[in-house]
Amino acid sequence: MKKEFKIISELIENNTRVLDVGCGDGILMKYLKDNKNVDTRGLEISKNNVQICISKGLPVIEGNAERDLQQFPNLSFDYVILSQTLQAFYNPEKVIDDLLRVANKAIVTIPNFGYWKVRLHLLLKGTMPVNKHLPNEWYDTPNLHMCTIKDFVNFCKRKNINLFKSLALHEEKVSMINKKNLNLKNFFSELGIFLIEK
Amino acid sequence: MNATENIKKIIVEKPLKLDCGKTISNYPIAYETYGKLNEKRDNAILAFHALSGDQFVTGTNPITNKSGWWSYLVGPNKAVDTNKFFVICANVIGGCMGSYGPNNLDPKTNKKLGINFPVITINDMVNAQYNLLDFFKIDKLFSIMGGSMGGMQVLQFVANYPDKTKTAIPIACTASHSAQNIALNELGRQAIMADNNWEKGDYLNLNNSPDKGLSVARMAAHITYLSQKGLQEKFGRKLQERDDLKFGFDADFQIESYLRHQGSAFVDRFDANSYLYITRAMDYFDLIKQYKGNLSKAFKDSKVKFFIISFTSDWLYPTSENKEIVIALNAAGADVGFIEITSDKGHDSFLLDVPDFLKSIKNFLEANY
Repeated sequence: MKKEFKIISELIENNTRVLDVGCGDGILMKYLKDNKNVDTRGLEISKNNVQICISKGLPVIEGNAERDLQQFPNLSFDYVILSQTLQAFYNPEKVIDDLLRVANKAIVTIPNFGYWKVRLHLLLKGTMPVNKHLPNEWYDTPNLHMCTIKDFVNFCKRKNINLFKSLALHEEKVSMINKKNLNLKNFFSELGIFLIEK
Repeated sequence: MNATENIKKIIVEKPLKLDCGKTISNYPIAYETYGKLNEKRDNAILAFHALSGDQFVTGTNPITNKSGWWSYLVGPNKAVDTNKFFVICANVIGGCMGSYGPNNLDPKTNKKLGINFPVITINDMVNAQYNLLDFFKIDKLFSIMGGSMGGMQVLQFVANYPDKTKTAIPIACTASHSAQNIALNELGRQAIMADNNWEKGDYLNLNNSPDKGLSVARMAAHITYLSQKGLQEKFGRKLQERDDLKFGFDADFQIESYLRHQGSAFVDRFDANSYLYITRAMDYFDLIKQYKGNLSKAFKDSKVKFFIISFTSDWLYPTSENKEIVIALNAAGADVGFIEITSDKGHDSFLLDVPDFLKSIKNFLEANY
């Protein structure tokens, strides 16, 4: 399991109800179910991934977060997870609102567009950055709304969303993000992991 | 030997109060089983058939000598592996394959019941079939599954008996029969009743049968089981054993010939009055209304693991209607998986060789057994 999922799972308490939005092939769901006795549900857009999840015995429904999150009642989960997909929505703001309607707490991870290699790529090469977390070319990327760690922190501030925990991931190393080191973390981290609540 | 002697039956003594208000007792339920019930009695699957189906799920149907309706899905080493699972299927009440239906004799008059048979509902069908659990001494089924009207029975079963199955697979169905589907059923019924040989429902006692009406009903219904794309690809404008149009009303086109064949083959195995009663039961099905406008109440506190399946080209029970069930289950906090299978084969996809569909069921059953 990748480091990002390890960190997410550590943010989740045992015996809780979790909705994994964009659960992929269900690796994180399965881990939470087996190791933390978490009652998980998944929402996934790819038919192939839904098939894989079903074969693992995971309750996953095929659907699109922008359309299908609305079916879940208010606060029907303790946590909702959104891993590296916020940037792919037409309306990320509405999705965040919906996440925090469905659950008390949301764990959102974002590929950081402020990472120095990304900045340098654009600065020196003059082309849209392509790397491990942003593997697509500009013409075939699902990403519509790229943001930086700093952008997301500012967004939460503006929307009065409480940043319960802000973590930065760089080459398998995790560190806390705070007011003082925000610019630094925004420069040196590939991924931001946020535990937010309304 | 009469082939109908191969039909297994139980006679249910316990009275059953029907939704129409009448009570029935000492009525037959015809069934068939595949595979073996294990010692723990926890490997049983109850399959529910659709409008034109019967209890002969797989293998050769002893009455029609054709393959069972779910032969692609059910059988040894198939997705529903009968080496592992014990599959039970009953003919619905109202049907014509041995269960209590309009072709049964009325013991009082010694005549066939015809339209003196009571109007039954999906709820009545499910309550009648429930007696098979007692008969086989099964405390809890491993799964229940069915497509179309079979799926409606799955939903009704879970609502009525939430503790009696571990998993449930409603396929290509709805929680509430739509206006379009009622309209299409009414078309079929009117075709039957417009046939003079229907004799106001009394044809069996007069040695008659409304074959033309039933055949037209089946032809119309058959179109609704396919998709526009599927029809176009299979038939297009191909002509039937002729080089050019004949400027008449014979079957010039292959699609016409195909539908006529579907119609005439159907009348050999199906009773017209059963067609009226079963389509009526489908039209009356409204689980949302049964739970006073809130479908999720039908699944409240349910511990059943659900797997809902729909098909992209099914316009009779479209994905949107299947998704309503998913939404209600999620609202109830139930354990639910859902997938829409890509297929050009229309509503009939659940009966056909659609590998992604077969694989989904296999994976779901194996992951939960």
